[in-house]
Amino acid sequence: MRQYILRRLLIAVPSLLGISLVLFTVLALAPGDPFAELVTNPNVPPEVAAALRTKFGLDDPVSVRYLRWLAAMAQGDWGFSFVSRMNVDTLILQRLPTTLYVIGSAQVLALLIAIPVGVFAATRPYSIFDQIANTLAFIGFSLPTFFTGLLFILVFSITLDWLPFVYTTDIKATGIRWVIEHVRQAIMPVMVLGLFQAASMTRFVRSAMLDVIRLDYVTTARAKGLGQSRVIVKHAMRNAMIPVVTLVALQMPAVFGGAIVTEQIFRIPGIGSLLISSILSNDTPVVMAVTFVFACLVVLFNLIADILYGWLDPRISFR
Amino acid sequence: MLDTELRTMIDEVKDGRMDRRAFVQRMLAFGLTAPMATQILAVGGVAMAQSPAPYKPTKRGGGGPLKLLWWQGATLLNPHFATGTKDQDGSRLFYEPLASWDANGNLCPILAAEIPSTQNGGLAADGKSVTWKLKPGVKWHDGKPFTADDVVFNWEYARDPATAALTIGVYQDITVEKIDDLTVRILFKNPTPFWADAFVAVVGCILPKHLFAEYKGAKSREAPNNLKPVGTGPYKFVEFKPGDLVRGEINPDYHMPNRPYFDTIEIKGGGDAVSAARAVIQTGEYDYAWNMQVEDEVLLRLEKGGKGKTVYTTGGDIEFIALNFTDPNTEIDGERSSMKTKHPLFSDPAVRKALALLIDREAVQKHIYGRAGRTTASFLNGPEQFVSKNTKWEFSVEKAIQVLEEAGWKAGADGIREKDGKKLKILYQTSINGPRQKTQAIVKQACRKAGIDIELKSVVASVFFSSDVANPDTYSKFYADIQMFQIPMTQPDPAQHMRRFHSRFVATKENKWQGRNFPRWVNKEFDAAIDAAEAETDPVKRAALYIKANDIMWQDTVTIAVQHRLKVGAAVNSLRPVLSGWTNDTDNIQDWYREA
Repeated sequence: MRQYILRRLLIAVPSLLGISLVLFTVLALAPGDPFAELVTNPNVPPEVAAALRTKFGLDDPVSVRYLRWLAAMAQGDWGFSFVSRMNVDTLILQRLPTTLYVIGSAQVLALLIAIPVGVFAATRPYSIFDQIANTLAFIGFSLPTFFTGLLFILVFSITLDWLPFVYTTDIKATGIRWVIEHVRQAIMPVMVLGLFQAASMTRFVRSAMLDVIRLDYVTTARAKGLGQSRVIVKHAMRNAMIPVVTLVALQMPAVFGGAIVTEQIFRIPGIGSLLISSILSNDTPVVMAVTFVFACLVVLFNLIADILYGWLDPRISFR
Repeated sequence: MLDTELRTMIDEVKDGRMDRRAFVQRMLAFGLTAPMATQILAVGGVAMAQSPAPYKPTKRGGGGPLKLLWWQGATLLNPHFATGTKDQDGSRLFYEPLASWDANGNLCPILAAEIPSTQNGGLAADGKSVTWKLKPGVKWHDGKPFTADDVVFNWEYARDPATAALTIGVYQDITVEKIDDLTVRILFKNPTPFWADAFVAVVGCILPKHLFAEYKGAKSREAPNNLKPVGTGPYKFVEFKPGDLVRGEINPDYHMPNRPYFDTIEIKGGGDAVSAARAVIQTGEYDYAWNMQVEDEVLLRLEKGGKGKTVYTTGGDIEFIALNFTDPNTEIDGERSSMKTKHPLFSDPAVRKALALLIDREAVQKHIYGRAGRTTASFLNGPEQFVSKNTKWEFSVEKAIQVLEEAGWKAGADGIREKDGKKLKILYQTSINGPRQKTQAIVKQACRKAGIDIELKSVVASVFFSSDVANPDTYSKFYADIQMFQIPMTQPDPAQHMRRFHSRFVATKENKWQGRNFPRWVNKEFDAAIDAAEAETDPVKRAALYIKANDIMWQDTVTIAVQHRLKVGAAVNSLRPVLSGWTNDTDNIQDWYREA
């Protein structure tokens, strides 16, 4: 098992190298300039912007810049942001907790909805409950998050005035009020992300369950005289979860991506909004770092999915 | 002109034979406005009556939190590294300059004891030096005293190219010397009529020497206080998350009485302008939001809720169309729009005139900019003493047709006018931005009626305004016939604003298109007016020269003013923000308060 993980990690190295090369080239080829804002400012002579470009190495050839980046990265130096002149790793670490909190909660919410609803719908296919669940799921994943986000703001913040729509990281209250405030402001973004995820996951859980529930061993279990709940939970669900785990794990990076829009709408200071603002200001080191982190997440979650298979289905062995 | 008469009157005020009020009234009779009259008095050697905004609170603090919403958050808090207004705004809460600009473009002392003038001996008669007296007893947030050494250090810090300060342009050509602990003198190489640049407003914010001395030059990025400002400002630093949040608390030892009013302050960043407007005007979650680039229609609708309103400040920001005087379609030595070419259509002044007649500025204002714009004919729209009264504009398709007909541009079979085989086909580029694309549509429609075919092009702002030499779509390369964007005026003086059209700043391949004269327009008379104005220390003559320069540009149709743009903010009803179109929104943050 340990050997397997080690081998997988080693295989990840060349693929990450390849990803970084592609990312870097694409970013270097993209037009734009981190000092664009200076250009129309008559206070700043054009030579200043040109000198800064040279100083930050923007005028060097792409290959030189890539090797320099790679060498620094190998020593754990992520470089510094052209815009805030801060170390990139500090910037990312500052944003990470918020993103994890919001995305984690959304993912938990999605699973809490999807698994029971999907399983229940599969046990009674084409019943009224199944029909309603299906319809809602379709609506759920047809509506993009930026739309539901704005809709929620209009309804819950502006019309009803129940929830704040600007997310603040520093809440001044202490104790229980602090917790309440944190939950209150996270409700809308978590709902938006969670419901979107739950919608597609419900469909997936349902179909995975339907596949398994018709198999002979489930009928055998029933024939043994086991109760319905025991058959479903112990026998059918465990096997049905294998594809679901893959989906959840592989979707994790995509969820980070989907959160970019949501973060922007609700002003959540997460990694997504960092990425957006860096792209807009052509802050290449930050864009590079954030996209690279996303790439690492994809590789990592793939590995996690593979390990979970083994736990769910002992027939799959690590070799 | 009224020169001699004016001079006598200024002398009368100086000697006390005429009082200031009477002077201002006489000037009003001449058609000059009050702020302009006071400005003339100031430069004419009479101390300016310091006009602090009426500030009502009678004690420091007690105002609770002040919550500001900037839809682009500050990314750094060192004023010398600030790339945009958002960064300057954030640093300005903690750091202070010697003086700031008020709404009328007058100087207000902050860290200075008084504003230098000829009368108090601050301004040298030859215009080559300024002496600033510092306010005594000012302390940095860490308790150390603020002295002339700090001021001198900031000059050394910013002018060192290795520091990579963006304020280098302000400080590289001056010399700053310490006279005593509370006096500094700025020396200029040439007579400098506009002396209030260094140490004034946001570019003039002063860092503490004792914390930054070790980080001058190449090590500038490593200074721990880049992220933890220690200034003299009304608020002390608490927390900073780049792009997201700047937080401060009241400075109990602030050097101005009864200020600041608020106990804590925060600037939240991120999101977009419309939702920021909502959070202030509609829900009141925040007290003030900056830079409301939102359609007026939307703002009017939000304002119906009644919790907040928009606030407007007038500066000199101008949205305009520039005409290319070189040929963007002919390549000479690997350079399009080369100075060796002439624009095939615009070399005929009639075409330029006709184009100016086809810009319906009123429609643009009515349908696009609303309360945030004013129609104007001039490129230079402020401060008031520099604004030309000789220019005018008109929108008339008939007149444009007439002008073109007279010049021999006849309509062809396809309705497009042509002369000598050259068709009136124009490529019109701008950056991608809602109001700009709408303006393009309005112009295109009018031109079509007059037989001019306009092709529209829009370029992403980050490319259009980039200094990337390799990119053909930047505004400075100007590979189009006409282009439109906004040039902000960052200080209440026209010198930098007008200088860019001097022929020595033409953007060419040779200077990597860094020259700021992108229309590549060359006019000896204009050059002469600018050169004269930059050396002229007599304020009245100087203003006349800039008016002349503006009028030459107008006569030659180098630029066509589309809209004089106002700055728009959003504030909740109870807030009394002190804003100026001549400086950043937070430049007078110490004077903000709330009325119950």
